[in-house]
Formats: sequence, C-alpha cells, structure tokens
Amino acid sequence: MSIAVRPGRTISSTTIVFAVLVLAIVAGTIITAVNGRNFFSVGNIDNVLTTMTILGLIAVGQTLVILVGSLDLSVPFVVSLASVTAGGIMAGQTGRILPAVLVTLLIAAVIGLANGLIVSYLHVHGFIATLGTGLILAGYLASNFEGNQGAAPRAFRLLDATRIGPVPIATLIMLGCALLAILMLRRTRLGHHIYAVGGHAEVARMSGVRTATPIIAAHVICTVLSAVAGLLLLARLGVGQPTVGSQGGYDLMSIAAVVLGGTLLSGGKGNIVGTLAGVAIFAVLDNVMGVMQLNPFLKDVVRGVVIVVAVAVYARREIDRRPARFGSASPIPQEVR
Amino acid sequence: MSTQITLPRYEGSFGRRLALALRTPGGAVFVLAAVLLVAIVVSNPNFADPGSLIRFAGRTAPIAIAAMGQYYVIVSGEFDLSMAAVIAAQVVLAGNFIGQDEARILPGLVVMFAVGTLIGLINGLATTILKVPSFIVTLGMMLALTGLVRYVTGGAATGNPSDAFRNIGRGGVEGVPVVGIIPYSLLILLVLAALAVWLMRRPFGRSIVAVGDNAEAARYAGTAVWWLKTRAFILSSLSATVAGILLVGYAGVHPSVGSGYEFAAITAVVIGGVVLGGGRGWVLSAAAGAFALELLFLLLTSLGVASTWRSTVQGVIIIVAVALAGRTWRATRRPRRRGGVAPSTPPPPPSPPRAQRQETSDA
Repeated sequence: MSIAVRPGRTISSTTIVFAVLVLAIVAGTIITAVNGRNFFSVGNIDNVLTTMTILGLIAVGQTLVILVGSLDLSVPFVVSLASVTAGGIMAGQTGRILPAVLVTLLIAAVIGLANGLIVSYLHVHGFIATLGTGLILAGYLASNFEGNQGAAPRAFRLLDATRIGPVPIATLIMLGCALLAILMLRRTRLGHHIYAVGGHAEVARMSGVRTATPIIAAHVICTVLSAVAGLLLLARLGVGQPTVGSQGGYDLMSIAAVVLGGTLLSGGKGNIVGTLAGVAIFAVLDNVMGVMQLNPFLKDVVRGVVIVVAVAVYARREIDRRPARFGSASPIPQEVR
Repeated sequence: MSTQITLPRYEGSFGRRLALALRTPGGAVFVLAAVLLVAIVVSNPNFADPGSLIRFAGRTAPIAIAAMGQYYVIVSGEFDLSMAAVIAAQVVLAGNFIGQDEARILPGLVVMFAVGTLIGLINGLATTILKVPSFIVTLGMMLALTGLVRYVTGGAATGNPSDAFRNIGRGGVEGVPVVGIIPYSLLILLVLAALAVWLMRRPFGRSIVAVGDNAEAARYAGTAVWWLKTRAFILSSLSATVAGILLVGYAGVHPSVGSGYEFAAITAVVIGGVVLGGGRGWVLSAAAGAFALELLFLLLTSLGVASTWRSTVQGVIIIVAVALAGRTWRATRRPRRRGGVAPSTPPPPPSPPRAQRQETSDA
C-alpha cells in the first residue's frame, strides 16, 4: 500500500525542493549580475560545486541515518579523525596513499558500527548515541593531536585540483556516492528496509524485518562517507587538521540540508535527490552572499532564517499528507495480523 | 475523571517510596552525585571544606538552571538547541545596554527578560503552529542569534557591565557562619528549583508531561498542545537568560560565553534520567544531572586527568546513562501495566504510572 502511494508523494516533495533551488539560482543570477559578474562563469560554478562536495557527501550519509529514524552528530569528528589519520599515515609519500585510505575507511566503519550497535541493541536514541561517540572522538582528537598532522603527497592532492571540464573530481566522487546511495535505496532490500524501519520500527519488526541491520548499515555508510569527506578535505588542504570537521559545523548543517531536502526528521520518508538539492541551495546561498560581500556573521543569520522558512513550507504539506498514510481504516495493523 | 479522587495519593511508607524512587533513573542521579562527591572528597580532602563546596555549587548553578529550562522542552517532547546562543545574546545585550550605568540595571533586566520571552515565543510558535521540527527551528534560531551577536560585537569582547550587575553572578551573602559566603547564584538556583517543583505539580506541569508522553492523547483530552509547548520554550529561553545574567559575573562579556551549553544542558537533563522524546523524568533530576556532570569533571581534575579527556568521559557517561535509564524505565513500566508489582494495592489500570512515580519521587 505504501509503495503505491510513495511515488506521487516523493515527486511532489522533491518538486518543491527543486523549485526552491531554481528560485535560489534565479535570484542568485540576478544579484550576481547586478554586482557586475556572471553566476554561470566557470570560476563561479566551480566555487558552488566545491562548496557542495564536502557537505554533500556527509549529507548523503546523514540522509540514510535520518531515513532509518536515527541521527548522526558524530560526523564532524569522524571527518577530523579521517583527515589526521590519513595525513599521518601518508606522510607525504605517494606509495602510502592506498593503505592510508583503506585504514581510514576501516576506522570510520568501526565507528559507524559502534554507533549502529548502540542505537539498535542498547536502544539509545541516535541523538544521544552519536553525541556520545562524537564527544569520545572529540576528547581523543584534542588529547592526541595538536596543530597540523602529516602531509598529503602531490598525487593525492591532485584529487582536489583536477577538473573534468568545470567539474572537480571530488564533486564527481560525491555524485558517484550519491548515485550508489540512490540505487541502494531504490533497488535493494536494504534500501526498502531502511524506509520500513524509519517509518515505523515496530511495524517493520512485526513484518519480519530485522530492524538492527538497516540501522547499523545506515550508520556505517554515514561515517564512511564522512571519512571520504575528510579525505577530500585532506586532499584540498594538504595537511590533516584535528579541528577541520568541527569548524565546518557539519553535524548540524548536514541535518539542516537533509531536512531542507524534504526528508522527514522523524524518518521513513525522503530521498537523496532532495538532499542534494538542499545542499545545492546552501551552496548557492553561500556563493551569492560571497558575491554580495555580506558580512560573514550575517551569513549565518540568513542561513538560519532560510532553514526555518523553507522547512516551514514543506512541513505544512506533511501535515496535510499525513492522514493518507495512516488512514482512518488503519490498514497497517490489519496487514500485520 | 472522577475516578482520580478514589486513587490513593501514596503507596507504602516514606522509606519504601524513597527506596523505589532512588531505583528510577531520575532518583539514581542523586545517588550518582553523592557517590561522586564522596570520591572527590576522598581524592582531595581540601574539597571537604564547606566554603569550597558552596563555591562549587555557586559555579555550577548557571548550568543547573539551564538544565532545568531544557527539561521543560525535552519533557514536552522537543529540543532546544538555541540555549547557548540565547546566553551569548543576553550577555552581549547586558554588556552593551547596561554598561557602566547602574541606573540601567533594572530596565536592562526587563529588556533581557523581554528578549528571552520573545525568543522562546518564536521558537515555540514556529514549532507548534508552523509544524517545523523543533530541532530545525532552534538550530535556525541558534545560527541567526550567533550570527547576529558576532555581527554586533565583531566577534570580540565588547562592553563591560557595571560591577553591581556583575555582582549578581559573582557575589553572595557574606559573613555566613561555617560556609563563609552563600553565592547569589546558588540562592537563585534554589528559588528556581522550588518554583519548578511547584510548577510541575500544577496543571501546567502535569499536562506538559502528558503532552510529551502522547501529544495526540493529550490533545483529545482537551489540552492546548501548542500553547503548552510554546510556554515550555519560553521557560527554556528565560532560563538561558538567567544563566546568562549569572555568567556575566563569572565570565564577563564575550560572544563565546555559553558556547557548548546547548549540548551540556541536554547532557545534564539526560543524565538526570529524563527521556528524550518526552513524557518521563523529574525536573530536579535534571538539575542533579548538571551537578553530577560538573562533579565528574571536578573528579577528573583532582585525579590529574588532562582536561582534553573531559569530553570523552562525558561521551561515555551520556551513552551509559541513557542505555541504563532506558533499560530501567522499560523494566519498571511493564509489570505495573499488568498490575503485578504491588501485592497490597494493585494500581488501577487507567492511572498513568508516571504520575504515580512522580508523586513518590517528589517526596
């Protein structure tokens, strides 16, 4: 029943997100033109895409975690940890790139596994579980690393510097990960289970879904994608920085981007495409404010207002649509029986 | 609801009720705080001096007040991430509006409370009327307020409120026997705690817990959910305002004052056994959670652990506390529902077990 209803809802929800994005781009183009510049110039597009890359990767992972009904507040510290670990292992030598990347992704996967296990087996709210693991990592980072760590060899830094046409390789990696995540959500059993558990964990369990598996998988994918983001930041900066993640505020900003993309914060409804649009809205907004030479502190004010206003527009729609899902005939308990 | 009259107000003796209450997560936090206090005194006997104890309590008062404010929001099933930003905004407001002019302290306080009320009103109405998740509303408020504060101050310390104003946070009643000085902040905390207990026994308190437990049921029972939750947000930002006033005394005027308070307050509330998602927990447990957290940090310091490890310990504690609390809440809830726990007087099925437990933990 829910499968029959979902396509119509998804399209309409994503349509609004993209309408907002188009609106932002149009407004951005006009404002940029008034300032005597071209929004669609190669340099400017490159700027927007670069801004999108890191937050986009993290937000794709965050989407999965939110869809399954959890949250991940540990991402900024995973980003930092990935950056210092990989930087330290590489130490400027090209031959060490592969082991560094593998070790970093493995560590991230272990952190994600811990998050997932705490959420699914200890029944700790995702907010608290990942706040806790995030704090644990923060303490570890603050105690063991001070200042820049290691160095990325030139071959690794090319990852950030190389472009195919106007598109940086890093952005392509982000889009590739997003595509894989979309395929996973639409085509695999795991993807459907993520929606099922996020929609109603108890109903999913009674329908024979192992609820722990999608929760753990979503958390592992999220931290691994955050580690990829940390690796890309290492490629961009050339050195590992223990504060690079927390400075970016990626935890709350990625959640904001996901919700801006039309995904329900309580889980079970939403998609990656909307999230990418949400990230793009942030990137366009940032870019335009940069062109306007707005005070960087005022940027935060604008961001805050945009988040609340945009989500208010979708939120009203969710309320209208909610009864369709849990209709008065309440078909779900009957199916269960 | 006439059946309520027939319910016994208490079950069992005072000692039995106390023992039961201490076994709930909301009661266990008091035991935890006491154990930590003993551990600190053992590791550092200097701390046993009543003077240093009371000064520690005074220093912890702002975070305990913030935690009690956060409690109202969390128990109603929402989040308030804007607390730290409200503190920073109020501190900067105090520094610039009051300045060195002592005649402006009173109008300054009025303005600060008005601003606090307004922020809470916006948070609450955006959450309830616009139906935006409170996580997003207060995140937006946090970004907007932080940006505004940084824009106004240029990111640096500005303004210096008069000493009379700073004395609210720094000073105290002097010349008290045994302890020497009773900080005003501690007195304010005690007054607010008493008010909080009174408030939670009022219809407002009862209904806000009911709304947090099941908003839909509370709505059918005739509760104005939107106004209840909005008042919770107002109480939260007013608590942040009070914490800000006290912090001006300790920390001075800087836009970074209060940073980290949003998660610290949530941590304290959660250690106090209050369940995220609402409907469960006692307001004083939230304040006790703040004390337990600060005592833990103090213990680490007196054991010579580097301060950078603080957050790691905080992370472990928060996960363990919530895992244990969840287990205990589930364990205490099930038998009561089936009416099998109290052999003498089985609790009537329609009575909410939570309300009864609150009666016992109030004792």
